[in-house]
Amino acid sequence: MPLLSLRAVSRDFDVSRPLLDRVLDGEPRRMLRAVDDVDLEVNPGETLALVGESGSGKSTVARLIVGLYAPTSGSVTFSGRRMQMIFQDPYASLNPRWRVRDIVAEPMRILQTRKDVAELLRQVGLSPEDAERYPHEFSGGQRQRISIARALAGEPDLLVCDEPTSALDVSVQAQILNLMTELQRRLGLTYVFISHNLAVVSQVADRVGVMYLGRIVEISPAAEIFSRPRHPYTRMLLDAVPDLELSGRPRTPVAGEVPNPLSPPPGCVFHPRCPHANERCRTEKPQLLRNVACHAVAEGRI
Amino acid sequence: MTLEVKNLKVEFPSRRGTLTALDGVSLSIARGEVLGVVGESGAGKSLTGLSIIGLLEPPGRIAGGEVWLEGKRIDGLPPEEMRRVRGRRIGVVFQDPLTSLNPLYTIGQQLEETILTHLPLGKSAARERALSLLAEVGIPAPEARYDNYPHQFSGGMRQRVVIALAIAAEPVLLIADEPTTALDVSIQAQIIELLKRLARERGTAVMLITHDMGVIAETSQRVAVMYAGRIVEVGPVREVIKSPLHPYTVGLMGSIPKISMSRTRLVQIDGAMPRLNAIPAGCAFNPRCPKRFARCIEERPDLIGAARSSACWLHAAS
Repeated sequence: MPLLSLRAVSRDFDVSRPLLDRVLDGEPRRMLRAVDDVDLEVNPGETLALVGESGSGKSTVARLIVGLYAPTSGSVTFSGRRMQMIFQDPYASLNPRWRVRDIVAEPMRILQTRKDVAELLRQVGLSPEDAERYPHEFSGGQRQRISIARALAGEPDLLVCDEPTSALDVSVQAQILNLMTELQRRLGLTYVFISHNLAVVSQVADRVGVMYLGRIVEISPAAEIFSRPRHPYTRMLLDAVPDLELSGRPRTPVAGEVPNPLSPPPGCVFHPRCPHANERCRTEKPQLLRNVACHAVAEGRI
Repeated sequence: MTLEVKNLKVEFPSRRGTLTALDGVSLSIARGEVLGVVGESGAGKSLTGLSIIGLLEPPGRIAGGEVWLEGKRIDGLPPEEMRRVRGRRIGVVFQDPLTSLNPLYTIGQQLEETILTHLPLGKSAARERALSLLAEVGIPAPEARYDNYPHQFSGGMRQRVVIALAIAAEPVLLIADEPTTALDVSIQAQIIELLKRLARERGTAVMLITHDMGVIAETSQRVAVMYAGRIVEVGPVREVIKSPLHPYTVGLMGSIPKISMSRTRLVQIDGAMPRLNAIPAGCAFNPRCPKRFARCIEERPDLIGAARSSACWLHAAS
């Protein structure tokens, strides 16, 4: 049984101008659909990564999972006991007036449990003496370790991580990614890992969901996504990643930009940028079919 | 050489003594060449760019060294003269395009103003030139976008406008500080292409400052790796990536996640870069270095070697 499942989840945001302005100008309400009909399952002990560019809806999915947003339609089912979230900005997510001891112990106060703060700090590579210090005394990487210790204090089955290493320098990012992998192995954690960075995702994920303009366009085991990407958008994203190996592999140049989510294109939302789009793509929304939402793939055209 | 920086030293006087932020930085960029400058936060890469263009914020000051632009020394020029060099001879692109654009003027007005300030052109010729610049940086339908304000452009398009502004007066040197960092990966790839084309077609020397080795791999011919206010390794991009010499570069390259089919443990450099007030004696990297020996703790290594050099006692000819 999956630990977490999302069924046909959508989320709209009201981005209308103030009522009076709208009435005066005779404008209708404007809704932005940030997440559109998303289905996904997360199994115990695995890491599911969601990747996409800005505006793809990946962070909204994270917030829907932990209940910071309620879905407009569809359902989120969690069969575990507890989940915790780790945020991108290790500066904004720790209370600057609290000592590390109190920050880490906060989930325990709420759950009425007792765990050893010193042990939790040791688990994330900090020293027990750090408990008496304040967040400003720590670097970005160390702060992210504190966030992880706080999350572990809540004894979660599921950790939702929203760009946990994006604000960090690359050598520090490596430390945090290694730490997260170790903790998962030791504690049997399940991760939902949100990132814009495909290379980072390839280091941590068992399965990968690729999002574009609020929809999942492809969701597959990581090895398949990275060796045989099928959706044209996944291919484009992979081609856009700078080639550090300097292999000189042939790549198609990237064209166009993500359209305005207020007026998404009809049919397949990717069709204006897609080299394989035809009439059907321009009118009919593709559904996920064997892990890929693409007419061209379904018809065997690519 | 379009740009030559010799032994640049930047200091910040503070209550607890003088902090040395850049310590003996030397680099050069030829016409049409892209030099990547890579390093983590606090390594001094942005400071190097700001010192070259004379925009160091006080109390920071250049305490030593020289900056030469096409054979003319430009450090220590009077502010008014330096202002003319900036914009006319050196173009600058920063990370956030919104800080470089005035939200109250259309992009056409901003381009025209820059062109009229630096080039001896009339109003209509300036407009012509502005339009052709917008076309050159890849703004679709420049005529139609000419009277738009910055907020009407997407992030990627704004960065194109900033690049158009930076090259408006045909500078010989373009300093781009994290030009793609705020952009999505598919937009980043397009801006990288644009920078490469400028260097190739216009012969502009480009100094590309970034924390992202991938961006440098795609654009630059040579790369300088910075650590704690010094350049620790310089060489052709391919060689530095494939066979780094300095242990810091080795660690940095290993810690960059690469797209792989399997989950692997990343190479980890333990600890963090020292703060300016706590730079260790000897080699600044020595407390984190897996290969350190006695000499590293006592004596600071300088860059050794010509085309391919590293500041490390391991590679010093003994």
